[in-house]
Amino acid sequence: MRLEISGVCHRYDQVEALRDINLTIEPGEIVALIGPSGCGKSTLLSIIGGLLKPSEGKISASGAVPDGCLNPLTYVFQDFALLPWRTVAGNISLVLEDHKLSKAERAARIDEVLEQTGLADFRNAFPKQLSGGMKQRVGIARALAVRPAVLLMDEPLSALDAQTRILLLDEFSALFARTGMTAVYVTHNLNEAVRLAHRVVALRRRPGTIKEIHTIDVPIDQRREGDPLIVAHETALWELIRDEAIAADKELENVA
Amino acid sequence: MSPDHLAPVKTAKQPVRFRAVGFNPRANPLAAWGSFVVLIILWQIGCSTGFISELAMPSPVAVAKSLWQLIVSGDLWVHLAASGQRLAVGWVLGTVAGLAVGFLVGMFSWARSPGVALVSALFPIPKIALLPLFIIWFGIGEPSKFATIGFGVFFPTVINTFGAVDNVARNLIRMGQSFDMSTWSIVRKIILPGALPTILSGFRISSSIAIILLVAAEMIGAQYGIGALILSAGSLYQTDQLIAGVVVLSVFGLAISWLLGRLDKWLLGWR
Ligand SMILES: Nc1ncnc2c1ncn2[C@@H]1O[C@H](COP(=O)(O)OP(=O)(O)OP(=O)(O)O)[C@@H](O)[C@H]1O
Ligand SMILES: [Mg+2]
Repeated sequence: MRLEISGVCHRYDQVEALRDINLTIEPGEIVALIGPSGCGKSTLLSIIGGLLKPSEGKISASGAVPDGCLNPLTYVFQDFALLPWRTVAGNISLVLEDHKLSKAERAARIDEVLEQTGLADFRNAFPKQLSGGMKQRVGIARALAVRPAVLLMDEPLSALDAQTRILLLDEFSALFARTGMTAVYVTHNLNEAVRLAHRVVALRRRPGTIKEIHTIDVPIDQRREGDPLIVAHETALWELIRDEAIAADKELENVA
Repeated sequence: MSPDHLAPVKTAKQPVRFRAVGFNPRANPLAAWGSFVVLIILWQIGCSTGFISELAMPSPVAVAKSLWQLIVSGDLWVHLAASGQRLAVGWVLGTVAGLAVGFLVGMFSWARSPGVALVSALFPIPKIALLPLFIIWFGIGEPSKFATIGFGVFFPTVINTFGAVDNVARNLIRMGQSFDMSTWSIVRKIILPGALPTILSGFRISSSIAIILLVAAEMIGAQYGIGALILSAGSLYQTDQLIAGVVVLSVFGLAISWLLGRLDKWLLGWR
């Protein structure tokens, strides 16, 4: 599915969060959104998925969705957003229950995504029993269960410890390479961006505008940690957003 | 600062003192029961030695006897049945209505401000003061007592419920919306279970309010019921029967609290 973001502006009461954002996300493309804190990455992602109404501009989607797609634009959340009173399987079932699927179809989908994310042994566990990494795997499994056309991920690894982050980053990269998924991936972490994205969109802040779009033309499954080419891209990105980051760091927060 | 401040101090090797002592009370069920036993024994000793006069406070033995009398004569069950029924009907009416209004106030803007304003204005009125009015509206019999208890339970339940709904994690609701769940599914599968812990702890408060109002209403106008029993014993200065009634009331309260505890365990096993 192709997503076209045209002329999107957004303001919260006094804060102008986004100004005139134009961007097209092609089918099968992973786009990373980077930029300093408060530049409007989450705002843009919410607008893309229809969770926030932009003050101006619009998002249009075109093209085919995968077979059996129940929810074309599907989020993966930083804080996982799992229901603590449902088991792993129950949390996945939750997002299928509102759709016309037979019991068997639903069970088959749950089994399939549990298998894909390595959660088969945890299907009856409750979220509180799981590590952060496992919780996020449930978040991924839940998203995959609806066969999304585009995954919208807001800092999916930020709440995890460094080792788990490395593990999940490899899993994401394998998932994207295998499925040819379309995704918008918000992150603070340049390493995640250069490992996963075909294009990295750097945002500038106050108001949030696109500063530059950086293309990385190495196939995702050929990118290795420490590969000089990848490191060079990471350095280039850092040069790109460094001044913004310094400014953001020095700013007093005026919104709670 | 003198330079010898920096010189290594030579003292004997000493273990580091453990300092995180206290501030960590633990539950001990044996001590809980023991405190009752000790209190009753002291009380009995006080009565037997004449330190506590029989007129001021009947002895535990006298109370037990009078309680036994109530049990064998079958009066206790009549009173308990009357009270239990009033409590159950009144509490259920107030709770169901309170939950419904609480959910509306918690979820819809149109219900929000009017609901909060009305509840805030009516909550502080002692409902027992309205009993005469309820008697005019609903008659002298049972319905006026149901109404007293029901209204007494209704307002705190509304306040507690909309607070509970407000506190359901917004990110979970957003998650539900992002997966295109229907409003009804979001209410049933996300908001209701999310609000349940607070709602259940509110039941403890509303059930105590219900008991207080029950006794008050029964003291004003009832033939049977634990409140009526206590009142008639009191007016005849049968203090042993009065205390027996109070004991029954206390056990009644404990039984409800135990039931609510079971409900908690059953519904909130995921915690
Ligand atoms: N609900 C809101 N009400 C008012 N202002 C908001 C709201 N949400 C975000 N903002 C402001 O809009 C701007 C963009 O916020 P946004 O959360 O999109 O940034 P972000 O790039 O995701 O930041 P972070 O990296 O910290 O997650 C910030 O200045 C923020 O303070
Ligand atoms: Mg954000």
